[in-house]
Amino acid sequence: MTQSPFSPGVAAGRLDDAAYAENFSDLHPALDAHEALVAADRCYFCHDAPCITACPTDIDIPLFIRQIATGTPDAAAKTILTQNIMGGMCARVCPTETLCEEACVRELAEGKPVLIGQLQRYATDHLQEQGVHPFTRAAATGKSVAVVGAGPAGLSCAHRLAMLGHDVTVYDARPKPGGLNEYGIAAYKTPEGFAQEEVDWLLKIGGITLHHDTALGRDVALEKLTTGFDAVFLGMGLGGVNALTVDGGDKEGVLDAVDFIADLRQSGDLGALPVGRDVVVIGGGMTAVDAAVQSKLLGALNVTLAYRRGRDRMNASVFEQDLAASKGVRITTHVVPKALHGNGAVREIEFEYVNDDMTGTGEMVRIPADQVLRAIGQTLEGESLPALERGKIAVTETGRTSMDGIWAGGDCATGGDDLTVTAVAEGRDAAMDIHASLMG
Amino acid sequence: MANLQSNFVGIKSPNPFWLASAPPTDKEYNVRRAFEAGWGGVVWKTLGSEGPPVVNVNGPRYGAIYGADRRLLGLNNIELITDRDLYTNLEEIKRVKADYPDRAMIVSIMVPCEEEAWKAILPLVEDTGADGIELNFGCPHGMSERGMGAAVGQVPEYIEMVTRWCKQYYSKPVIVKLTPNITDIRKPAAAAKAGGADAVSLINTINSITSVDLDSMSPEPSIDGKGSHGGYCGPAVKPIAMSMVSEIARGEDTRGLPISGIGGITTWRDAAEFITLGCGNVQVCTAAMTYGFKVVQEMISGLSDWMDEKGHASIDDFRGAAVPNVTDWQYLNLNYVAKAKINQDLCISCGRCFAACEDTSHQAISMSDERVFEVIDDECVACNLCVNVCPVENCITMEAMEPGQTDPRTGKTVEPEYANWTTHPNNPAARAAE
Repeated sequence: MTQSPFSPGVAAGRLDDAAYAENFSDLHPALDAHEALVAADRCYFCHDAPCITACPTDIDIPLFIRQIATGTPDAAAKTILTQNIMGGMCARVCPTETLCEEACVRELAEGKPVLIGQLQRYATDHLQEQGVHPFTRAAATGKSVAVVGAGPAGLSCAHRLAMLGHDVTVYDARPKPGGLNEYGIAAYKTPEGFAQEEVDWLLKIGGITLHHDTALGRDVALEKLTTGFDAVFLGMGLGGVNALTVDGGDKEGVLDAVDFIADLRQSGDLGALPVGRDVVVIGGGMTAVDAAVQSKLLGALNVTLAYRRGRDRMNASVFEQDLAASKGVRITTHVVPKALHGNGAVREIEFEYVNDDMTGTGEMVRIPADQVLRAIGQTLEGESLPALERGKIAVTETGRTSMDGIWAGGDCATGGDDLTVTAVAEGRDAAMDIHASLMG
Repeated sequence: MANLQSNFVGIKSPNPFWLASAPPTDKEYNVRRAFEAGWGGVVWKTLGSEGPPVVNVNGPRYGAIYGADRRLLGLNNIELITDRDLYTNLEEIKRVKADYPDRAMIVSIMVPCEEEAWKAILPLVEDTGADGIELNFGCPHGMSERGMGAAVGQVPEYIEMVTRWCKQYYSKPVIVKLTPNITDIRKPAAAAKAGGADAVSLINTINSITSVDLDSMSPEPSIDGKGSHGGYCGPAVKPIAMSMVSEIARGEDTRGLPISGIGGITTWRDAAEFITLGCGNVQVCTAAMTYGFKVVQEMISGLSDWMDEKGHASIDDFRGAAVPNVTDWQYLNLNYVAKAKINQDLCISCGRCFAACEDTSHQAISMSDERVFEVIDDECVACNLCVNVCPVENCITMEAMEPGQTDPRTGKTVEPEYANWTTHPNNPAARAAE
């Protein structure tokens, strides 16, 4: 530890090793077997349960919880994974407080829902830790499908297609598969290499060939895929980042939150990662919270999350907002960045206070900042893609695009809500439609 | 404040809570701890004849049934009577009784069905100064194979014969402990009464296997891969015990026979219920074995508070109060009509009532797209299953219909008069109305 949280500017090694280990350990430690039984006992096994309806992948939650309660966690895992092949990751990153756990009748009854997310993790971990892959492939169909993007949508689609007997080739722009699971989610949500473990486990189905460092448009053309394969699924996510178009927006110390998170996730030594003493994150979504909280955990002294609207409009869930607050992140609302000040490197960021309707108030505020992280939205990159709608690939409910033989899902397509679980559902549903289409 | 003083067949104790004859009362050390914790009395663990004591297994003696969070709902055991020397027990009983003169000290006895055996042990027990004896005619395992315990309790003639000997050779109250492993509990109770018993106590434990190990295929508790049926007790057996108690309390030949209630009593409320069914006091074992002796303090405070609230000055004030309301099915009022009612403010929309009614009962609950659950009065037979499966207390209730109203299910007017099966037109044996 050469620096402290008080050291000015952008510096690495603000904390000692023990603090890094503590800060980036599992956000929710796994339930042990007894805790899982106690938690499972609270489930009422509701009829036509509201939690199932609230789950984008329609997992039969009461059934899997009963399977845990009766001592068969592997059966529970199979119930989960049949609907959601990335049930392990979703158990970790799903905003359950706005999905299944919000719908849980015990939330209504007592304000304390059944711990569905943690129970799901207990079951899926129990199976995956044994290295068991519970699904097998159907007889080969002789059909081949190209999948672009090895994130949640692409892998979910690829797994389902492989299971149905098709041969799948996955192309991903990054060196490692996993997409945002590997590069874009806070480290404390998926520690100890879980994202790669899950991908390795998923690929055990067989029939999936993975090409990394292969970007659509750069290394492989879409026409090549449409001619070389019987179908194509696009699940490459959003590769671009919205620019910060204000005076001084290109100063040293300004970077994209997604890059900051990706660097952190790929770092083998958190003590070597530089972070500002005064960090300002601009945005109000999950990425903004993940970046702000991790800045704080890396040793930043002051972290401000600056959002242009009220907290009720933030895309980050209340749980995420509370998490940020509990870690010491200050959330400032109704502010729009106007200028970055500093001689070369940023030293201050100037905001204007705005009303709910986004009209300026004329009132300005300056916040010290030697690092500014942009988390103001991502954009779809690429040319010659199927027709877009509001900047994303327009799709039907089953992921069909404007071009024959091309399906799309996940963040690059319309219809989702940028959640891992939604991407998994879209990939799965597109796979079923591709299968139906190919098998006529 | 309510007076919890108990006088059971002349045996006085500061409260009606006795520890049943069982492992907790096997020796001086435990019994002293029990009295210090506040128990009103103990029934000392069953003594056998003079000579080499019985032996117990050297492996698990207990098996259990659990509810949520390993809450113990049922316990069974294959332990036998005391495996300590008779004279050691007698000396300890004498010492403890002398030190706790205000507490009830009952000695449980089980010796062979021979007059000489009883004649030999009774004076020794008399000499301890204990307040009475309890005849163990209930133990269902081990000892019954040797012609004692439940083997005696299942033959009314033996009960009467042994009870008579005890009344002949012992001067203080004789309580006969009954086995539930029998078809009609009134028969052994009547036999005890005929033999001169001062009271009966029930129930002893029920034949049971708590579980089977699916790997070793051995019943639990397992001794070297084999299991034997044990005696079941704990909260799970309370309904069985209460029914048997009520049968004796209202039986033609047994009515008025004092009863010491036993069977799954875990809280003050359980005790109060047994007393309303005619028990003069209660005996507890599993609750103490699960939570320790301190549980009696909740039983004392709870019973006392409830009695104050209801204005009962003493145990006798409400003893047997529910007995007149225990009747045969044929005398239940068939003109009583109720309907389930769901309180929408309390409902949490779990849908368990719907699943239960739709799948297994009368299709009398509707479910809307918004998960609103409502009773269909046209179909509701008031079976109560929805109330039983609802996780929210008082959310679903059974509401009686007023006389003069029309039951939409049958189209019939609710009659104000009481009418039962004995006069029902569908009953082939119905007596004509006189």
